[in-house]
Amino acid sequence: MATVSLATVSRRFAAGSAAVDAVDLDVRHGEFLAVLGPSGSGKTTLLRLVAGFERPDAGRITIGDRIVADGPLFVPPEARRIGMVFQSYALWPHMDVRRNVGYPLAVQGITGAAYADRVAKALNAVGLTGYETRRPAELSGGQRQRVALARCLVMEPAVVLLDEPLANLDVHLRALLQAEFTAFHRATGATMIYVTHDQTEALGLADRVAVMDQGRIVQLASPEELYRAPLTPMVARFVGRGAVIPAIVHTVHNGRADVEVLGRRAQLRVAPDQATGAALVCLRPEDLAVGTNGPVARVARKAFQGSHVAIEARLDGAVLPMHLGPDQAAALGDTVGIDIRDGWVIPARD
Amino acid sequence: MDGGEKGVRLALVGFVSLIALVPMLRLLWEGVAPAGSPDLSIVIETWTRSATLRALRNTLVTGIGGTLLALILGTGFALLVALTDIRAKAALVFSFILPLVIAPQVTAFAWMQAFGPNSPLLGALGLAPPLGTRNPLVGPGGIILLLGLHHAPLVFLAVRAGLRLVPRDLVEAAQAAGAAPMTILRTVILPLLGPALAAGTGLSFVSAIGNFGIPALLGIPGGYTVLVTLVYQRLAGFGPRVLPEVAAIGLGLAALAIIGLAVQRWRIRRDDVRVVSLAATTPGWRLGTWRPVVEASVWVFMGLILVLPFAALIATSIVPAIGVELTWERMTFSHYAYVLWDYAAARRAFVNSFVLAGLAAAVLMMAAVPLAVLADWRRSRAIGFLAIAAEFPYALPGVVLAIAMILVLLKPLPIINLSLYNTVWIIFAAYLARFLTLAWRPVSAGLAQVDRSLEEAAQGAGASFIFRLRTVIYPLLAPAAVAGAIIVFLTAFNELTVSALLWSSGAETLGVVLFSLDQSGESTGAAAIAVLTVIATLALMGVGAALGRRLPQGVLPWRP
Ligand SMILES: Nc1ncnc2c1ncn2[C@@H]1O[C@H](COP(=O)(O)OP(=O)(O)O)[C@@H](O)[C@H]1O
Ligand SMILES: [Mg+2]
Repeated sequence: MATVSLATVSRRFAAGSAAVDAVDLDVRHGEFLAVLGPSGSGKTTLLRLVAGFERPDAGRITIGDRIVADGPLFVPPEARRIGMVFQSYALWPHMDVRRNVGYPLAVQGITGAAYADRVAKALNAVGLTGYETRRPAELSGGQRQRVALARCLVMEPAVVLLDEPLANLDVHLRALLQAEFTAFHRATGATMIYVTHDQTEALGLADRVAVMDQGRIVQLASPEELYRAPLTPMVARFVGRGAVIPAIVHTVHNGRADVEVLGRRAQLRVAPDQATGAALVCLRPEDLAVGTNGPVARVARKAFQGSHVAIEARLDGAVLPMHLGPDQAAALGDTVGIDIRDGWVIPARD
Repeated sequence: MDGGEKGVRLALVGFVSLIALVPMLRLLWEGVAPAGSPDLSIVIETWTRSATLRALRNTLVTGIGGTLLALILGTGFALLVALTDIRAKAALVFSFILPLVIAPQVTAFAWMQAFGPNSPLLGALGLAPPLGTRNPLVGPGGIILLLGLHHAPLVFLAVRAGLRLVPRDLVEAAQAAGAAPMTILRTVILPLLGPALAAGTGLSFVSAIGNFGIPALLGIPGGYTVLVTLVYQRLAGFGPRVLPEVAAIGLGLAALAIIGLAVQRWRIRRDDVRVVSLAATTPGWRLGTWRPVVEASVWVFMGLILVLPFAALIATSIVPAIGVELTWERMTFSHYAYVLWDYAAARRAFVNSFVLAGLAAAVLMMAAVPLAVLADWRRSRAIGFLAIAAEFPYALPGVVLAIAMILVLLKPLPIINLSLYNTVWIIFAAYLARFLTLAWRPVSAGLAQVDRSLEEAAQGAGASFIFRLRTVIYPLLAPAAVAGAIIVFLTAFNELTVSALLWSSGAETLGVVLFSLDQSGESTGAAAIAVLTVIATLALMGVGAALGRRLPQGVLPWRP
């Protein structure tokens, strides 16, 4: 178990802006941290910096109480004792499941009963007992990822890095393996950094979520806070698909602001130090309801979602996501009144 | 980077520099400063001599002539196989590629047997030229013919690779626009093939001007000398004394090859019209009523270039003596017994060629894997540079490398005071230099298909570079490395150009023995050796084929 901390770490690839740009990040001891961001935002590079597959151009990386990268000092990945789970699983096709899982032990020169014992335990933990002599090619995608997990488990690492480990799996398997990651985390108590572009994964699994955009961490917060109080319009749009709409803040009082939005006055949540004047607000489906006296919007899209009907209502160029209950009906092109019940004044601009 | 990786990198940089870079630089130095100070007088004197200029002219005539023939045959055949509905394509391709794999001196010798006055086959048919007349293949015409046939597969491979880059939709769009096949060929396909044609032409030109076996067997008897055979005759006649002069000739030959390659590069760059597409064009144009005629002519052609010469070769190897008519009763295997047991030089040559080719293949296979990893994955500048340097000993004519090796190894090695000159080890060193790139390329191609995270996972598990090499990288790249080793073995086993200049008594290769038996008129023994090398070659190709689907595409030329 260990903390992982990055201090103004940058990594720039030739001819291009920095893939990781002066990132400060402190991952707590035993924490499950998700790194969430759109494709190309630098998540993989960040993870590879921690693992040691990339060397930072600037900044310092510390794992536990050991500095692993700082200027000329650089500890190579094989000496960092970090577990890594790859999106491609990275199972060696020429080895069977036993040898794949036992590899970290073989590296340490562990053989015989200790080897067999620890491999068996790891395979048992991921429910793959009996698959020892299979080759990776003879396994399903979910089983392969479990083998990769077992290989990580057998190392008993203090830090585990996962790079989009579920991206190649179907929806059903994802849910199943998510539960397994949680169990893995609980069983090992390892510090985990989990990279994904899927917000439901990040919000569902992690203790805290770091949102990345263009090589920077734009917000680091618990899933609830991230959802309720996004720091920037990018986070508001990316997490929970909120509508970001221009507004004018008139007064701020006691965590509430009197805001003019969509031509109406509404009482929205704000940060305590929010200034008055022009701002952007984040409105989520649960903040909006069909009303009688609000602004009137036109239904532009409609999708049945089981428990509710998701619609997109358009008004003056703004696109508002809304949910209609089973007893509410609206056809495409209908107009609906909108009742703004809640919302969040976004503190910063992009 | 751990200590093991540093050590491996250092060792490889030293190895490649020593075998590939140092000899070439030494040769260049010999040309511009033979006595230690800048002095071009020997170069100028050599290149104003009429014998050199005549050899240059002959080199250009046969080189360009052979390349044109290869271009016509190779392109025509590639278009026929790729675009039409001709049948038995795999068999056709295999037969067409075969001359590339068989040693040129063997091919030349076989053709001489097939069309000479002593031809057992033509003799049996009463068609042989009258005894005492010169073999009709001796002279520039025969050299051009055989160079063309030997290099047509190179053009074929390049054009076929080019055709695989022609997207199907471009051809289909032309078809939809109402264009007939010949129009599409002229207006769409051939223009897109420009770079491929340039690549094939450049390769076969450089290979043709560096070829030794064909002009040696078909040129020397008629006094028709090209640059490569001029170097050979000078060195064989006068020994190391003429090194400065042959170094000058070698540099001229190298310059010619580099011009050829530069023109090729420029032509490829100028209009690289490569288009990315998933589906290559396979229009399967119908030959219709012509199909039987076309197929028959193609197979007759194959018979003419393969069956006829090799039947003659076998016939020569089993007649009791040259000039004796071959019948069932007279058939004998005594010449095989002679070359395998009685004739000491031939017996040694079998051992030497097997050992040299085997060792070179093994060493280069082991070196190629970490070289490729360091060059392609680690992007090591030094190794990337050496990858380019390693191309020269292979791309430049073999005699150029041979001269360079003599220059480096003529004197005993410094410090250890060991002389490799006049031993098999000078040939071995030359093979390492010449064939390194043949082992390296397939491994590089194989590496491109390996997910890097497979190594990173091992690294994350704590494995050192050496441990990763052993447990992950070598096993993953084994098929590609073995393919490279097979190509190295085949090429070295059939090689003559380098060993013709470097051999000494006790250090003969099969190519050398075949050549000297032929020169001294012992055709039957030469034929037996030739047949045995062809059998060994085909057997190895079989091994390569058995590796089958595990190889990256295009690594073994004779596989589709
Ligand atoms: N090895 C590399 N060489 C050059 N550019 C790279 C390399 N790896 C990543 N990048 C660039 O860095 C940026 C961030 O990439 P990455 O970390 O893979 O993002 P993510 O994992 O969030 O999709 C991208 O613009 C990508 O093109
Ligand atoms: Mg990524």
